[in-house]
Amino acid sequence: MSEQQGTTHPDSENSAAAVLPAGAHAPDFTLQSAPDRSVTLSELRGKPVVLAFYPADWSPVCGDQMALYNELVSEFREQHAELLGISVDSAWCHKAFASARKIHFDLLSDFEPKGAISRQYGAYRTADGVSERALFVIDAGGVIRWSYVAPAGVNPGADGILAALERLTPEQRGDKATGAPARPSGNTRPESRADAGATR
Amino acid sequence: MTGASHYGQLVPPVSERDRVAGDPDAPVTLVEYGDYECPHCGLARPIVKSIQRRLGKKLRFVFRNFPLAEAHPHSRHAAEAVEAAADQGKFWEMHDALFENQDRLEDEDLVAIARSLRLDAERVATALADGRYTARVREDFRAGIRSGVNGTPTFFVNGERYDGPWADEDGFVRALERAARAGSPAKAHG
Repeated sequence: MSEQQGTTHPDSENSAAAVLPAGAHAPDFTLQSAPDRSVTLSELRGKPVVLAFYPADWSPVCGDQMALYNELVSEFREQHAELLGISVDSAWCHKAFASARKIHFDLLSDFEPKGAISRQYGAYRTADGVSERALFVIDAGGVIRWSYVAPAGVNPGADGILAALERLTPEQRGDKATGAPARPSGNTRPESRADAGATR
Repeated sequence: MTGASHYGQLVPPVSERDRVAGDPDAPVTLVEYGDYECPHCGLARPIVKSIQRRLGKKLRFVFRNFPLAEAHPHSRHAAEAVEAAADQGKFWEMHDALFENQDRLEDEDLVAIARSLRLDAERVATALADGRYTARVREDFRAGIRSGVNGTPTFFVNGERYDGPWADEDGFVRALERAARAGSPAKAHG
């Protein structure tokens, strides 16, 4: 884990050499979601969580990744999934951005120490000093079930996230009895993008 | 990064449900997912029209709705108004008219534009009020998400997302000509 360069791209399924793969435990974190508020990942156990790392607030309007996810907040709710955006922007920057774009989900600040959580997920672009466009679907037990890093400059869309959420078992979705967290390295094979596509 | 994955494959494929311009047997099908309030889509419209002229019978063009309604509050009703115009046989006339009037897309503007096209404007107004095309527009949007649409406009050439710069008309035409020669790249992926 010494080199976490952002050179790994999804042309090959193991592209994400540095990116935490399916089957890995999602590192816990507490990050500011507003100047006076924070979100702790482990407190969201019991339902799926979607982490969407992205380089920066204020990228161009219509093709913007967060704007797209904003349109899908209701779809994520239907799946009982919590959606969190993460970038190295400060909480004040997020506040202004969320207000200007009417963003309806939490944007977290991986601000101090800069990019520390992004690095733990293997989702930091060292050369540029920003998070990759990296997506993680974490199950109700805190295990990563799908991850993906988009090539530089490409908005990854939402189809991969929705497909990964649909593949979760009831237990992974947290539908079953509470207190039955999915096993960290369960029998679910790490899924590649190839699997993701083949199911559709 | 082209063809990095099977993301970006058009689902569902073009069918009789779609709004289609051009020869149904054309070797190339260009699908656009767009939003009537998106300025980039407005810029893309004359480019698409020029491409349609240049490719002629080789091209079938399909438009599907992808209203980013959180960013563009008028986009859904605009899309519904065009669907209502389709019901009166004037989809493309209304489509063009809205892209030429992107700064006036309030409901009363939509109805006025319909009237200027000699549509039964009352029927358009009623359709907006009772939301009869809401589900259809939503279906387009959901299909777009499943196809890997990640903003507007997003284009698909013979079922595959075109990630090249659409504003480069000559480059776009070359890509379409290549697709015409190659047949369906979507099928090649199996």
